[in-house]
This record gives sequence, structure tokens and C-alpha cells, in this order.
Amino acid sequence: MSTTEQNVYGMLAEFEDAGALLRAARKVREAGYSNFDAHSPFPIHGMDEAMGEQRSPLGWIVGIMGLIGGGGALLMQWWTSAVNYPVIVGGKPFFSLPAFIPITFELTILLAAFGAVFGMLYLNRLPKLFHPNFFSNRFERVTDGGFFMSIEASDPQFEVDRTRSYLESLGSTGVEVIPASETEGSGEEQ
Amino acid sequence: MSDATTTQESLLGGNQTYHSVTEAISRVTEEKTPRMWYLTFSLVFSLALLFLGSIGYLFFKGVGIWGLQIPVGWGYAITNFVFWVGIGHAGTLISAILLLFRQHWRTSINRFAEAMTIFAVICALIFPGIHVGRPWVIYWVFPYPNQMSIWPNFRSPLLWDFFAVGTYFTVSLMFWYVGLVPDLAMLRDRAKHRLRKLVYGIFSIGWRGSNKNWKHYELAVLILAGLATPLVLSVHSVVSFDFAVGIIPGWHSTIFPPYFVAGAIFSGFAMVMTLAVITRKAYGLEDFITINHLEKMNIIMLVTGSMVAYSYVIELFTAWYSGNIYEQFIAMTRMTGPYAWAYWTMIFCNVVVPQFFWSKRLRRNVPVMFVASILINVGMWFERFVIVVSSLAQDFVPSSWDYFAPSVWDIIMLIGSFGLFLSLFMLFIRWLPMVAASEVKGILPQSETH
Repeated sequence: MSTTEQNVYGMLAEFEDAGALLRAARKVREAGYSNFDAHSPFPIHGMDEAMGEQRSPLGWIVGIMGLIGGGGALLMQWWTSAVNYPVIVGGKPFFSLPAFIPITFELTILLAAFGAVFGMLYLNRLPKLFHPNFFSNRFERVTDGGFFMSIEASDPQFEVDRTRSYLESLGSTGVEVIPASETEGSGEEQ
Repeated sequence: MSDATTTQESLLGGNQTYHSVTEAISRVTEEKTPRMWYLTFSLVFSLALLFLGSIGYLFFKGVGIWGLQIPVGWGYAITNFVFWVGIGHAGTLISAILLLFRQHWRTSINRFAEAMTIFAVICALIFPGIHVGRPWVIYWVFPYPNQMSIWPNFRSPLLWDFFAVGTYFTVSLMFWYVGLVPDLAMLRDRAKHRLRKLVYGIFSIGWRGSNKNWKHYELAVLILAGLATPLVLSVHSVVSFDFAVGIIPGWHSTIFPPYFVAGAIFSGFAMVMTLAVITRKAYGLEDFITINHLEKMNIIMLVTGSMVAYSYVIELFTAWYSGNIYEQFIAMTRMTGPYAWAYWTMIFCNVVVPQFFWSKRLRRNVPVMFVASILINVGMWFERFVIVVSSLAQDFVPSSWDYFAPSVWDIIMLIGSFGLFLSLFMLFIRWLPMVAASEVKGILPQSETH
């Protein structure tokens, strides 16, 4: 309401259910918006396609981390057991590959899992404890049963009035403007 | 997708909506702590304190306070270690392997099965840690450059164990936490109290259900499941190498890795069952953990129990067929020797008890499965006891034979580890969402988009 053009982060529109949000996402993309996102309590099947999202590159991160883990483990065991301080144990060769497999395997998994978790956090830019969407009071329902579409003001297509009426025409049950920073009264606006 | 929808209806009881799921799961962490919780917690927590106290005494006196002697240098501590690691495996199986097989029924039980995994592995890690004799230099297992300029022996199964169980703990913890994030955000968004909002806010790392986040998140969960599946199979295989790589009769056997893995899943499901039966009753979650869920777990116990029974038979066959007198002797001694009582307890609990689950009526009967799950865990503890102790007590030279009897500290620490496990589990139930709300919402019929 009281938000001026300069202090607009974006727009948040609520939808009835997962299906309505999915159809809206498809329409919003077809209308030429690029900087928008869908928010839901659970991942919606087919949403990536509707939004035109590309495949996550996480697999590459995990693969590379796994190779580093496995290669590093083998290298470490070879260098410590056969080069830096060779000790004869049970008459086995210094570089006893079969005996080195378990640790190589475990460290492959460990580093790949680190890649999956920290890679995911990096790609998602998380942790990010605050986001302007949290200015909205109704956005709290996104973890309960609310379905939202957000369009950021940085989108070239974005224009407060036009975007608002477009979202309403898609069947949104409530559209609100998200301020970029806290303004007076923005907290209790509904 | 249509056949999936029809099975979805029977997954949850009642007419669930998104909000009713949120309510039912969040309520447990939000309402006033029930009086029964305090009573139970004070009991199990005093056992946990007893455990910590006895560890202190152990550090003061040394491992001589246990019933260990020569030849039985591995007694209760290693039995407990294998037992607790095994318990953990069901959690990973439910969260990872059933995810890969798209078994939607797992969503009701995966969260607390994973929590159980983590607490069981904590209990497991304590035992070898305090068994090493000089626990204050336990960090020597890390390959770090040191002033002695030597390295750990990478050819030793005991070191493999450290890497395997350490990796298992780390990966399970990350998997569990990643799964918790959307549900922690749910608790954050419902929090009334400022402190509560702050704490859940920090741990939910600013999750806002964004599809751009879900995209990476879902793939991360899938990859973690893919990584955890071979990991869980490797962990108990490596644990079994502690025995199988040794030359002790009754240990030196190639069937050990699959035999241990099957046993681990068997005992883990029994523990999930024990906890699930109590928790769903205490918190009225019968609509989420339905009788169908329990029945499916009973079927898995029947299957893995049969694998364990098969392994027992094959163990005897291998001993006979090997033509090795020591192997044959130890096989006979287990059945008829000084530990025959433990062996036959094991056979009764692990082979006879699960057979009741052939009957559909019995495997849908809650009191029956509750008693069976406890008996199975007793049996699985004895299985490890029989393996560890009977082989050591009667090895090659009769002059060195001895009978292992636990000391009071052995028994206190075994009971105390249950106290620690249950204390952690009760704290989890009190403060964290014990059912994966975001996953359950994703399988509700109304989540279908067409």
C-alpha cells in the first residue's frame, strides 16, 4: 500500500492449490517473465518444466567430489604406507590394493555426500536467514498448505499494476506487493 | 500415476488435508510437555547418566573393570558396538533404499527411523572408543602428520571400521538434517514465542519452499539416498571384516558380510517397530503410522529374519564342509557347549519368533508385533554375543580356554547405552517433527496437479 516504486522487491500471489500454481507458472513464463519463483509446502511434480527451469548441475559437483574423495584416499594410503613410512604388516606388499579398498570406498561416499549437501546449499544460496518474502504475513502458510508465486521487481517485464492484474487474471486468490526493506506499516499490511 | 493414487489413499488414515498434517505433526512439539514424558525421560536419562558415570570410572580404572580376560579380550563392548550399529541400519534402509524404490509408505516412518539411526550410531561409536585402553589418544586413528611421524595401519579392519562408521554417522546426520529443513521451517512459521522462532529460524536456514530451491534439494536427497544405499551395505560388511579377516574359528568366514547386513536390517526394523508402537500410541499418530505401515515392516522382518536363519544354517554347513576341525568344533560347541543357552536363545528369538508373521492376522496385531520386536532385539544381541565370545573363549589350544562372565560394569553399560539412546530419542520427539510433514503432504491425493 504505502510502498513506493523504489521500495518494491517484488510481488507475491497466492493460489488455490498445487494445480493452480502449476498452471499459473506456465502462463507467467509464457507471458515473458523470467525472474519468478513458485513456493509450495512440497515439491510439485512438473513445476520445473512449467517454469522452464534447467536441470540441476548438482550431479557434477557430487561426481567431482566423489572422485576427489576416492582418488585422495587411495593416494593417501599409498603415500603413507608405501612411500613416507613403509612398514611390513603381515607380509603384505606396501601398496596392498585390496586392503585399501574399504577406506577408498568410504571416503568416496563421504566426499560425494559433502558435495551433495554443501553443493545444494551453495546452489540454493542458503543459509539465507532473511528474505523480503518474509515481510508478507500470509507467506507463513507456505510451509503449511499455501501455494505462492513470486515475481521480482528486477524482472524487465515487471510493472506493479500490470503484473498485479495479470496475476489476478490467472486466478490468484490474493496479490500483494513485497517491499524491499521494512517500511512503516508494512508489517500489518494485509 | 493413477495406480499410485489408489495406493495413496490407504497410506494415511482419516481425511487428511495439508493443514491437518501440519497440525498433527507440529502439535507434538508445541503443546505442553506431557507428564508421562517427564516421568519416562527422568528414568531413561538417569540410566544415561549412569552410563556416563561408569565411563568415567572406566577411564579412571581401565578396561579391567569389565569381565574381559585372556582369551576373551572382546566382550560386551564389541557385542554392543555391533548391536547398535546394526540397529541404525533400518533407518538408512527406510530413508534411502525405500526412497529409491519409490515406496511411498516410508514417508510416515522415515524421519524417526533416521533419528534412531543417528542415536544408535552414537551409542555404537562410544563402545570401541572406550574399549581402546587409552581413549585419550583415540585421535591417533586420524591420519594426521604428527611428531611420531608414523601413520595409521590402513591394512587393519579396525581402521576400516573407524572410516566406515564415521562416514556412516556423518552421512546419516547430513541426510537427516537436509530432510528436516522444510519441516523446521514449518515449525518456525508457526512459532509464537520469539525464542522458538529464532531457534527454528536459524536451523531452518531461511527455507521458503521456493521451487528453485526444491529443484536442487530434491536432487540432493535423491543423490544422498543413492550414496547411502551402498554405504549402509558397506558399513556392516566392514564391521563383519573385523571378524572375518581374523583367523579365529567361527569368525573366518566369507558369508559374514551379507549375513551381518541382513541381521542389521532385521534388528533395526525390530527397534523401529518397538519405538513406533509406543510413539504412535502415546501421541495419537495412528492416522500417520497406520497398521498397514506396521504390517509392511513386519514383512521386512520376516524376509530379513529368513535370511538370518539361512545364514545360521550355512554357517554350520560351511563348518562341516570345510573339513577344518577347529571350525567344526566351534560350530558344535556353540550349540552344546558353555554358551549353548545363548545360542538357543538366539535361535528362538531370531528364527522361531518371526515365523509368526506368516499369519496376516498376527502381523496386524499390535501387541504381538511389540513383543516380537523386543524378542528379536534380544535375539540379535545374543547373536553378536555368541559370535564374539564363544569363538574367543574356545579357540585353538584347550589350555587357554576360559569362560567369559560379564562384570557388573558390563551390564550397567549395556543398560546405560539404552538409557542414552532413549534419552536422545525422547528429546527428538519433544523438539523436532517426528514425521516428515513435507513428504507426507506430497503424497496426499490433493497434491496431484491433474
